[in-house]
Amino acid sequence: MVTATHCPYCALQCGMTITATGTDITITPRTDIPANSGGALCQKGWTAAELLTNGERLTTPLLHGRPVAWDTALDYVADRLTAIRAVHGPDGVAVFGGGGLTNEKAYQLGKFARVVLGTSQIDYNGRFCMSSAAAASLRAFGLDRGLPFPITDLAETDVVLLAGGNVAETMPPFVRHLTGPRLIVIDPRRTATAKLAWLHLQPTPGTDLALALGLLHLVIAEGLVDEDYVAARTSGFEQVRTSLASWWPERVERVTGVPVGRMREAVRALASARRAAVLTGRGAEQHAKGTDTVTAFINLALALGLPGRPGSGYGCLTGQGNGQGGREHGQKADQLPGYRKIDDPAAREHVAAIWGVRPEELPGPGRSAYELLDALGTPQGPRALLVFGSNPVVSAPRSAHVTERLDALDLLVVCDIVLSETAARADVVFPVTQWAEETGTMTNLEGRVLLRRQAVPAPEGVRSDLEIIRELAGRLGHRFSAEPREVFEELGRASAGGAADYAGITYERITEETGVFWPCPSPDDPGRPRPFLDSFATPDGRARFVPVEHRPAAEEPDDDYPVYLTTGRVLAQYQSGAQTRRIAALTKAAPEPFVELHPDLAEQLAITAGDVVRVLSRRGESTGVARVSDTIRRDTVFMPFHWEGANRLTNPALDPSSRMPEFKVCAVRVEKVA
Amino acid sequence: MRLVVVGNGMAGSRLVGEVRARDPHMPVTVFGAETWQPYNRVLLSNVLAGSSGPDQVRLLDPSWYASHGVEAVFGTEVVRVDRSAQTVITADGRSTPYDVLVMATGSEAIVPPVPGAELAIPFRTLDDCHRILAAAEHGRRAVVVGGGLLGIEAARGLAGRGLPVTLLHLAGHLMERQLDAEAGLVLGETLTGLGVDIRTGVTAEAILEEGVRLADGELVEGDLVVLACGVRPMTALAKESGLSVRRGIVVDDEMRTEDPAVFAIGECAEHDGTVYGLVAPAWEQAAVAAEIITGGKALYRGSRLVTRLKARSVELAAMGETHLTEEHAEVVRFTHRARGTYRKLVIRDGRLVGAILLGDTDAVGTLTQLFDRGGPLPGDRAGLLFPGLGAVTVADSPVLMPDAAKVCQCNNVTKGQIRACWEAGARDVAGVAAATRATTGCGTCRDAVEGIVGWLCEQEGISA
Repeated sequence: MVTATHCPYCALQCGMTITATGTDITITPRTDIPANSGGALCQKGWTAAELLTNGERLTTPLLHGRPVAWDTALDYVADRLTAIRAVHGPDGVAVFGGGGLTNEKAYQLGKFARVVLGTSQIDYNGRFCMSSAAAASLRAFGLDRGLPFPITDLAETDVVLLAGGNVAETMPPFVRHLTGPRLIVIDPRRTATAKLAWLHLQPTPGTDLALALGLLHLVIAEGLVDEDYVAARTSGFEQVRTSLASWWPERVERVTGVPVGRMREAVRALASARRAAVLTGRGAEQHAKGTDTVTAFINLALALGLPGRPGSGYGCLTGQGNGQGGREHGQKADQLPGYRKIDDPAAREHVAAIWGVRPEELPGPGRSAYELLDALGTPQGPRALLVFGSNPVVSAPRSAHVTERLDALDLLVVCDIVLSETAARADVVFPVTQWAEETGTMTNLEGRVLLRRQAVPAPEGVRSDLEIIRELAGRLGHRFSAEPREVFEELGRASAGGAADYAGITYERITEETGVFWPCPSPDDPGRPRPFLDSFATPDGRARFVPVEHRPAAEEPDDDYPVYLTTGRVLAQYQSGAQTRRIAALTKAAPEPFVELHPDLAEQLAITAGDVVRVLSRRGESTGVARVSDTIRRDTVFMPFHWEGANRLTNPALDPSSRMPEFKVCAVRVEKVA
Repeated sequence: MRLVVVGNGMAGSRLVGEVRARDPHMPVTVFGAETWQPYNRVLLSNVLAGSSGPDQVRLLDPSWYASHGVEAVFGTEVVRVDRSAQTVITADGRSTPYDVLVMATGSEAIVPPVPGAELAIPFRTLDDCHRILAAAEHGRRAVVVGGGLLGIEAARGLAGRGLPVTLLHLAGHLMERQLDAEAGLVLGETLTGLGVDIRTGVTAEAILEEGVRLADGELVEGDLVVLACGVRPMTALAKESGLSVRRGIVVDDEMRTEDPAVFAIGECAEHDGTVYGLVAPAWEQAAVAAEIITGGKALYRGSRLVTRLKARSVELAAMGETHLTEEHAEVVRFTHRARGTYRKLVIRDGRLVGAILLGDTDAVGTLTQLFDRGGPLPGDRAGLLFPGLGAVTVADSPVLMPDAAKVCQCNNVTKGQIRACWEAGARDVAGVAAATRATTGCGTCRDAVEGIVGWLCEQEGISA
């Protein structure tokens, strides 16, 4: 059987063809999908078939670690949920979703939480990824679609500024879209991506916001503002201009460590480009001031007249496979399908009607991801948690504490394909189908809705997340569909009229048109590849400049913890590693956690490459093998977060508006393990 | 509690903002002698040079005061402080009571006591800036008196506008407080190349309509004379109110004067024997005072000084104790006068205590931060002065590359694997890609793979 589908991993959602002959499964790149045009794949994509044949696959439900029949496990969970709700109320039960889930699952999970469980306590790991960029985009444009233009537009630009993104490792085929423009990379590390750059700005961790302010100051000072654009298409510039008088480049240099001369080069290149794009990644976003940092980069893009102009723009690089769709359809604490706000009466009325309930029955906004995890098992917090498509023991900040909270629950239920670190602590584990064993839609980083088709039969004994939701809903007195196409049709109706309107999208259209861009309100609507060309989604159609101020990281180095820690990804692993750490070729390429540090710091600490080193923060400690490299700043160490450990160190200080934790900077001490 | 701030410059306006950020309700009145909204004095040199517009220096929007409930009085001088009655009295006779008073009166330009000084324009305020620009428009030649930071920025700015400029300086070299003699010399050469005629070791004796008369009788011609002879803290008001004043108004670590109800910050304040003339310390002091005034705890322990010249095509940073020599410290120095480069590190106890960086360099960011943080320095001092050195890697030639070297990062393919693949029959990139997946990810290794395959084919040809 030959099936055209997409990669199981990142938001690029490279097209791939799966050829299955019995147990022999081969993967070849598709050439019709723009994201991986020319038939590119990285090692993760090429080896993805191993996910399907992996020996560690779960195929029976586990109850307290023992294999049990499906009905036994489902009955147990339903009974316990009922009992816990009876004692602690609906908010005694919580749901934690993931940005890798299909649109159908994300939608159904949100509906299940609000309608069946009646709980406000639902959030998802996308809070740890996209929330800051989302909040900033909504604030500026009234709409959050990661790239508000097709990815292929990038090849036509003259200059791309990439703030805090390492695409050469996180989504390698993306680099093929960057061979045309001059690339400016902002990163505390000279990453694989920074090495490809025409100009690399290497700021102190936690100072991207100051750097963005300095760049915009220079744009204004050097008379490079696109005044016509600012007058015609934006509001609020004067306030921003005033706020920037305090951020002259020499001051920014002292805060960031980026030389004024380099800032000038960046600004002049951007301003002289006919077409240019400003992009942000998690490096700029995963901060307690991530929303303001993205806003500062959006302000820069607006002053240069980029957003909403053909071939130019601002965009964020969504991380997880369905990081875009996952943030649109209601698994977020404050949200209803179609990117609607849960506290908006009109939104509640519309969605309640689709769901067949009264608007007042829908709960209000709940806790954000970290706040939810932090509250588990506390007197005011939930007593039960259902986890879908997430591994917070590895991926949450201050993870040792989060693990304690998970252990304090009366009931932890985890749906996963393997016994992840989180699943290993669960009372009940449901083994589920994965990517090529099921069908569903994914919305990639461009906002293009794609169809991931079933290519192989699921192993005996596993069920889909949708089936588990249907079974639990049924036991709790509600009828839910587990048929992806039916769920997608309902999602379309629920999203109709919302910002992320999928009403006109069908599986057939996706197939015929190789994906459909949202918003697509009706069957005859072509979708909007570039939604901002005529106007922005704000009430007056203008993009909003918002003045923002730099402030230090929530935790700066001091005598006890003198070094910055920043975290990120490596090419051969993905997210919490639950999938990729079980694939031979990938573990060979990236076998273990490491600590990257500068030769000068290594010398000072008497550490040599290959030593096992301990990294300590106020929240915990972790070890890794020392990698000594002059690609990192002297004052900073880097750890990949694919293994349990790095996040024991990270700081859960939250962004006031997006509730994003400060993954990208905290203070640590590094020592050699004797 | 009612707060009155005297002075609405960089320090005063910053303090008002810091207090408001901490306490949205405290009644605040701020008096500014200038008629302008508070502006960023640091940027005046850019305005003079034309690299910032006059409207780009405003620190607050005019609507800010109303929207933040702050009473702001512009163009009104405070003439008296009655500490026993806790009131300030303005020139128009109005009296305003306070519970807490902050003096942020700043400093004024020093005008040398020479005949004709009134013909010259000091360079201190936005008004001064406008006057200089107006004069420069019809001027044929300018003379700047004073070769400190501000004088150099003014001279460079005017030269950049196409005006021939002579810069007169009393000391033997430019910026003698921040620079050693050699750095001053190199800086002078750089400026000369940019159209500024440098005259050091000269004394202006009189200012005339046609220029400046030097002590030796020579006339330096110019129809525009700008004074940048330093500043003097404005302390008269404090002195008259009986507060202790040395060079500046004496304050403790909370920025408080001997009167617990009166604080002083910025260029009018003297902390631990030091009067600071830069904005960074003033803002640090404003933050400390605001914290104390709103009931918090904070201490000011002095500031590390980094001077950064803002003049087009002249990159200069000077910090800390730049005058120390080998007798008292470890000194690392590099000079390349032909390129206008001078770099000097002053190191004591393994820490950076001073530095001069003249000429464009990427080292400036790192060194400023090492100086600010006082952290230990790496053993390799040269690497600090030449940050590019470590990053220079020899181009990976297929010949020199070891077999274990990773060629394709995306698919984890080494040179050895490509060689094996070639030995198994692959003779082009497509063949290698089919067998190893090299080049199929980001695609940036294509040239390298081509190079290796080509080299192997060549070798084959040779051995055949």
